[in-house]
Amino acid sequence: MLLKELSELNGVSSGETAVRHFIRNRIQGRVDRIQTDRLGNLIARCDQGKKGPLVMLSAHMDEVGLMVVGIDASGLLKIKTIGGIDERVLISKRVFVGPQRIPGVIGAKPIHLQEREERERPVKTTGLFVDIGATDRNDAEKDVKIGDLIAFDVQAGPFGDGLFKGKALDDRAGCAVLMNLMENEYDLPLAYAFTVQEEVGLRGATVAAYGLNPDLALVVETTSAGDVPPLKKHQASTRLGAGPAISFMDRSVIVKPALIERLVAVAEEAGIPYQFRESASGGTEAGVINQTRSGIPVAVISIPCRYIHSPVGVLNLDDFAQTIKLIDAFLRNIAQRGLPV
Amino acid sequence: MQTEKLLKELTDAVGPSGREDRAAQIILDFFSNGDGRCWISELRRDRLGNIILRKAGQGEHPPRIMLAAHIDEIGLIVTALEDGFIRFSTIGGIDQRVLLGQEVIVHGREDLPGVIGAKPPHLQQADERNKAVKIEDMTIDLGLAPERMAALVRVGDPITIKRSCGALKNSFYAGKAMDDRAGVVALVECLRRLKDYNHEAEVLVVITVQEELGVRGAFVSSYGLNPDIGLAVDVTHGEMPGLADYEGFKLGQGPVIVTGPPVHPLIFDKLKAAAEAGKVKYQVEAAETPRGTDAYAIQIAQAGVASGLVCIPLRYMHTSVETLALDDLKETGRLLAEFIMQIDRAFLEGLECY
Repeated sequence: MLLKELSELNGVSSGETAVRHFIRNRIQGRVDRIQTDRLGNLIARCDQGKKGPLVMLSAHMDEVGLMVVGIDASGLLKIKTIGGIDERVLISKRVFVGPQRIPGVIGAKPIHLQEREERERPVKTTGLFVDIGATDRNDAEKDVKIGDLIAFDVQAGPFGDGLFKGKALDDRAGCAVLMNLMENEYDLPLAYAFTVQEEVGLRGATVAAYGLNPDLALVVETTSAGDVPPLKKHQASTRLGAGPAISFMDRSVIVKPALIERLVAVAEEAGIPYQFRESASGGTEAGVINQTRSGIPVAVISIPCRYIHSPVGVLNLDDFAQTIKLIDAFLRNIAQRGLPV
Repeated sequence: MQTEKLLKELTDAVGPSGREDRAAQIILDFFSNGDGRCWISELRRDRLGNIILRKAGQGEHPPRIMLAAHIDEIGLIVTALEDGFIRFSTIGGIDQRVLLGQEVIVHGREDLPGVIGAKPPHLQQADERNKAVKIEDMTIDLGLAPERMAALVRVGDPITIKRSCGALKNSFYAGKAMDDRAGVVALVECLRRLKDYNHEAEVLVVITVQEELGVRGAFVSSYGLNPDIGLAVDVTHGEMPGLADYEGFKLGQGPVIVTGPPVHPLIFDKLKAAAEAGKVKYQVEAAETPRGTDAYAIQIAQAGVASGLVCIPLRYMHTSVETLALDDLKETGRLLAEFIMQIDRAFLEGLECY
């Protein structure tokens, strides 16, 4: 299953190579041109003989994770977080270190040796480390080097009723949507951008959008589903099972009304369930794309996902399928009717 | 290879305190149908669920040695079903901070995969991250509709962390329930070694239950067996940052022989002598309290038992990534076999005049 394969690849921001190679191999032959740019973005174009506005679809390949910043004398790896990770989710997890996927664990001081008040305080990353079973620094350096990236060791798979769980669904789910769309033929030029370094400041999308200079961009993301305790209903911006979430704004962008109206019209016409992302906070690549060159219209469609940026996220497979359908219908609509004005 | 396989199989198995049956079945199978069948003279289980493996000694009144390791693990338990999510409490001592973002298995009418959800950083208030999330504020997500969940899960169902035991470098292994399935494997190792030897002592290997809730299995089994000598085989803390030198023992440097209140001085001496005779590298720990292992119960069974304590160094105890060196576990088995070989009636008599 594509989503499972993508989720289990490791691609912490700036170390997306394994994801890029996987996608490149899978889409070879399905598109007109594939190119990797200097930042590592993978750009696939379906534009030969196509007329009309250029539409860019973007999804980021990178995930949040950790980096090896030091190795102590006993061979334990000192770490820092990459991207927005709550340090409190790190303890007592299995991880893979570096491109060789060296297994390691994030240990914690045993409860027996703690003071009661210690348990009320989270352990900061400065007090955490990864243990790969090395006997000392020299032994560790045989397998690991400073700067190696660390990803969670989590198996992806079906979960509950029609759900799917795994790491890095933010935004491999978006990558999977793009790869699914490539199976189809659209009567307009398309550029699929699988971007890098979204989690550390939207860096890949910035240069990809500049290079492509599209007439319209569609960011395919995952967004927090808040339909879980202890969040109250008014705090839940999206919920699982209610279809793709259309953004009206977030802190990086405010979407053109005509674009929102077109998306809604397309969804309603095709009978595709959708929801609005009921929040104005959060940020996506849409912000930097929107402000590229002399300005690029952009929309965001997200798959709701519980527990993003933790070792295991949960999404609804029907939301995933409906997201593909909505974007498919939207692209056909644009090909037929042109850009919304 | 077989030791690794058994360790992996046992630590992957489900068996929180009071719900040890699935892990215990592996031992029952091994000693009733598997390789272990011919290593022992008798297998039985008592009313609390302790498994007793007896290997006969020599003569009419052989010294009787009990060796105990507990098969129960810490875990969680369902306390309420709430709007399609599960509230839970702990079985045994669990640091609330090791639970967030963890995958679990809820053992309801069937095994159900779940997630202890972590609120995304995007939705947190600035000061939230400075406080550990309390267990009462955590929930488990099964991804099931409330009515389907209610049909499959009941209050009181046990929950374990989903974790598969895996190898690190240098034959270090990390997983859940190493405390004290590692001790159980060491006892199996000991019996494997003893199968080719004639020893005077009768050996009573007890795989105990409910240690994590207050060494309850050890209380009743040591009462029932009333041995001359009783050894608990458990885990002790491995060295790691944040622990004093004397608190953490080196992985890969052999078993830890404990001295202090839970240990008879002559048993301590004999364990060291056995290690030296067998060229087993060992470490020594001074325990200031009799509490914390099955030795606490064994020592005060009936009119009192000469007790000893041997431990395997283990990092990150009571997390789901408990880490040990496989060699330590094998060497612990060898040390115990050496010890048993050295026990005779004359030694027993000395235990009451020192």
